[in-house]
Amino acid sequence: MSKTKEKPKNNLRAWLYLTPAIVILLVFTVWPIINTIRIAFLCRWDSNLAAVVGYDYQTAMNPNIHYQFGFNNFVNVLSAGNSFLTALGNTMLLTVLTVPISTMLALLIAVALNSIKPLKKVFQTIFFLPYVTNAIAIGMVFAAMFSMVRRTPTTDPTSVGIINNLFGLFGGSPVNWMDRGSSYWANIAVLVIYIVWNALPFKILVLLGGLQSVNKQYYDAAKVDGASRWRIFWRITVPMLSPMIAYVVITGFIGGFKEYTSVVGIFGDDMGPYGKPGRLDTMVGFIYNSIPHNQGKASAAALILFVIIFAVTMINLYVSKKKVHY
Amino acid sequence: MKRSETSARKICIVVMGLFGALAAVMLLTAICIFCLAPAAKWAGFCLIAGAVVAVAFLLFFAYNLGKFAGENEDAITAAARRQKIKKVLIYIGIYTFLTVIAITVLFPFYFMLISSVKTVDEYQLATPTLWPREFRWSTYAAAFTGDLHLGRLFLNTVIVGVVSTLLSLVVTVLSAYAFARLEFRGKNVLFALLLATMMIPGELFTVTNYITVSAFHWLHTFAVLIVPFLVSVFYIYLLRQNFMQIPNELYLAAKVDGTSDLKYLWKVMIPLSAPTLISITILKMMGSWNSYMWPQLVANDTLHRLVTVGIRQADFSISGQPGMTDFPAQMAAIVLVTIPLLLVFIFFRKYIMRGVSRSGIKG
Repeated sequence: MSKTKEKPKNNLRAWLYLTPAIVILLVFTVWPIINTIRIAFLCRWDSNLAAVVGYDYQTAMNPNIHYQFGFNNFVNVLSAGNSFLTALGNTMLLTVLTVPISTMLALLIAVALNSIKPLKKVFQTIFFLPYVTNAIAIGMVFAAMFSMVRRTPTTDPTSVGIINNLFGLFGGSPVNWMDRGSSYWANIAVLVIYIVWNALPFKILVLLGGLQSVNKQYYDAAKVDGASRWRIFWRITVPMLSPMIAYVVITGFIGGFKEYTSVVGIFGDDMGPYGKPGRLDTMVGFIYNSIPHNQGKASAAALILFVIIFAVTMINLYVSKKKVHY
Repeated sequence: MKRSETSARKICIVVMGLFGALAAVMLLTAICIFCLAPAAKWAGFCLIAGAVVAVAFLLFFAYNLGKFAGENEDAITAAARRQKIKKVLIYIGIYTFLTVIAITVLFPFYFMLISSVKTVDEYQLATPTLWPREFRWSTYAAAFTGDLHLGRLFLNTVIVGVVSTLLSLVVTVLSAYAFARLEFRGKNVLFALLLATMMIPGELFTVTNYITVSAFHWLHTFAVLIVPFLVSVFYIYLLRQNFMQIPNELYLAAKVDGTSDLKYLWKVMIPLSAPTLISITILKMMGSWNSYMWPQLVANDTLHRLVTVGIRQADFSISGQPGMTDFPAQMAAIVLVTIPLLLVFIFFRKYIMRGVSRSGIKG
């Protein structure tokens, strides 16, 4: 009753409070959604026009200049030999490798953490550390750890690098991880290690939170029945945790498809080892590198990224609807 | 009966002695190898093998404790002890696993710290030193005085961080208040629309935003780093949830007392949701400290460059040798960038983890 009385009184004030947020969202969120889709389907929006951006903007807004609707940008982006396909391949590979590894490892760590009492807080704090660090800066540290050290560019390395030293302790011979002439798979291995290292904290936090809210009675009942630890893990822990696991996997996939900063952190803006720039380019990297000189291409690539992320999320949701125990 | 028991005891003692000797020899060799020549191949295997044999030895000892002491214990106590041993063994496994992971997590930080104070010559040694022989602090001073201009980078980042956090807090509080407390037409539709924008990847916005800020002539200004990210739908959502938990009776009581909406917001709502506001502040500050993609695209000049862009794009090559990275100098700059983050983490761990775990609920 009082609500209906209040409604007209609050209308104006509410909109006043919301004005700053709405204005900014309209300019930097709503308009971009519309405009990026529009640019992606405009044929002649290419590098020549974008050379002078101010001019470009005015021509783009000018209703007298006629842009043709078409799939030119998509054809450009997806045509064979284009760096976008390399980027797409790299991104998919990194995602497919890192999401299962980091999820599994995080699950193991969370279960281990949940089963101890002394030192639990200490371990928890340590495991969360990578989350608060600067992905680019620590990527540079990983690069230093995997790099060989030379006195001049052409001489043999004086030091094979700390990671190779550690491998040496187990009888391994030095690997050229990321220097000049390193193999693609060595590069990918470095990236996978770094991305997993970086992705663990968030996953551990979510999974541990889930574990702590599992009703202890299930475990007591299993104990009475004499179930083995292995059986308890697969029959109680995993099903009870499945919503959290699904969440971690979905955000992992989304994050994986947006991978960019870890590659820049390790390999720099060149996105590849010395002499092979762009070898490890990712989709987001491709979009960012295209923005200054070809916004049509960048828009098309961004739309493709959106569609992929949307599709993968939907598939994940569909699968988890069948498997997740709520 | 008695005879077989004593012979079992003898066998036990012999096997245990052998185990113990083997473990001791392997551990000693491993330690020797480690101290004398850490880079020697197989030293790691020796160490791990020594540890495994030592654990096996302890286990064997514990398992056969009864036989060893020559006691006649009944089957039930023996089984209970074995159960206990199994439990201890599982705990040893768990703690070993967690320790190995913890070392893996911490090692890059340790490596960064020790490398930052080494001289270039020491860094180039074939067998790395695990503790610097001599400390070269001048690298740190050079980070501020040299081409890197770390002081300027810090200043830029702090300006952007503080201004964008303050403005963002104002916008977020006002919007969250409107969504949580005020009644207006289209409220639910608008809120649903806002939440829907969270599903779209930010890269889709970036393309047009680049065109927009260029048209505004905002390239290479602070505005371009602050304004586009002022509104975070997620923070509005977070704060709205918090505001809604505050009982409506407080609001009505304040109204009866003739308090204005803004005063109520300032005096009651904001203090009551301080933890969430602190979480937002910290995450926002850390965001500008760590942002790379957008700043390197739109504000990559000396006057406005942010710290992450600065250290990634700086040239750390040893003077006179282009292409050869001065790793200690690079590590020193990274330490300086990382320390503020670690300090914030130490003092505000609770708020950070709260904010992050909350974001875990948003799905």
